[in-house]
Amino acid sequence: MDPYALKALNAERRARRAAILVTDLGDARDRIVREGDQVAGDLGAAIAKAFRSGNSGSVEAEGRTFFLNAHLPQPRLVVIGAVHISQALAPMAKIAGYPVEIIDPRTAFATPDRFPDVALHAEWPEDVLKRQPLDSYTALAAVTHDPKIDDFALKAALDANCFYVGALGSRKTHAKRVERLLALGATADQIARIHAPIGLDIGAASPAEIAVAVLAQTIHAFRSRGLDAKGAVA
Amino acid sequence: MNDSHYLDEARDPLIIAEGWMKDGKDVAIATVVETWGSAPRPVGSHLVIDAEGNFHGSVSGGCVEGAVVTEAIDVIGSGKARMLEFGVADETAWQVGLSCGGRIKVYVERLG
Repeated sequence: MDPYALKALNAERRARRAAILVTDLGDARDRIVREGDQVAGDLGAAIAKAFRSGNSGSVEAEGRTFFLNAHLPQPRLVVIGAVHISQALAPMAKIAGYPVEIIDPRTAFATPDRFPDVALHAEWPEDVLKRQPLDSYTALAAVTHDPKIDDFALKAALDANCFYVGALGSRKTHAKRVERLLALGATADQIARIHAPIGLDIGAASPAEIAVAVLAQTIHAFRSRGLDAKGAVA
Repeated sequence: MNDSHYLDEARDPLIIAEGWMKDGKDVAIATVVETWGSAPRPVGSHLVIDAEGNFHGSVSGGCVEGAVVTEAIDVIGSGKARMLEFGVADETAWQVGLSCGGRIKVYVERLG
């Protein structure tokens, strides 16, 4: 392995950016491909697939055998609101491989008692997200029902291209939210990315069931990154 | 957010390999490139080895690491990458194998 390739790969991994190490198994030469880099032909198609799935593997292209080792940042879920839904969502998401952080400035809600073993910030999203910015391997679910708390975080999630953005509330509530986000400078295309009402439509009724619906929608968003509605690479 | 939550630098084989390289050590990197059937570590998993035989990470559940380390020390010496293949151990022969019944291919190369 080229020492510079290793250094570059580790730098990408530390910065939570996706990268693939492409090794020619014939002559041991390797190089780093970053997400968004253009690679032509069969190799390029295999690389695009590996970025989406996160699966590593060998590929035959140009009469050679390449090994693609896909290094994707661990996806994670930021939840705005230390509410009943979040109490169920945090442990379930962690088990599914999506570690959770919860942000809620209301200290009566954001207590370690209610949220054992979860990264919990009893602060405004503005303050936490300034320190710890969102990124495209982060999902954001806003579930406080309070525009003062949710709106800034939703706008930040759209700007950071979070792979999933969901917001709790009825269609009527969401229509009002759309007006406010437009006023904050969000574009219509950005706003169309918000999942609202939140969660896959499984008829969820209880807070724990809503948490399942949100987690399922998050997983679906992660596993279909970069695909259009027909399943082709965008 | 804080990367240290997500990249366990003290146990991450590729981070350790970079550290070893900075310390002037000779290093080999072993990578699982293919698996068949039941295999304990997925494709892409790493074991990193230095010239003294110190290692971090894994390519199996501890079944073949010893053999990979031995090969890796040779690879550090020669600089020539090798493809190793491990399957179920032959019961009559005393050889390294995977008791789980799977087969794996491990690519071993020198760093630099």
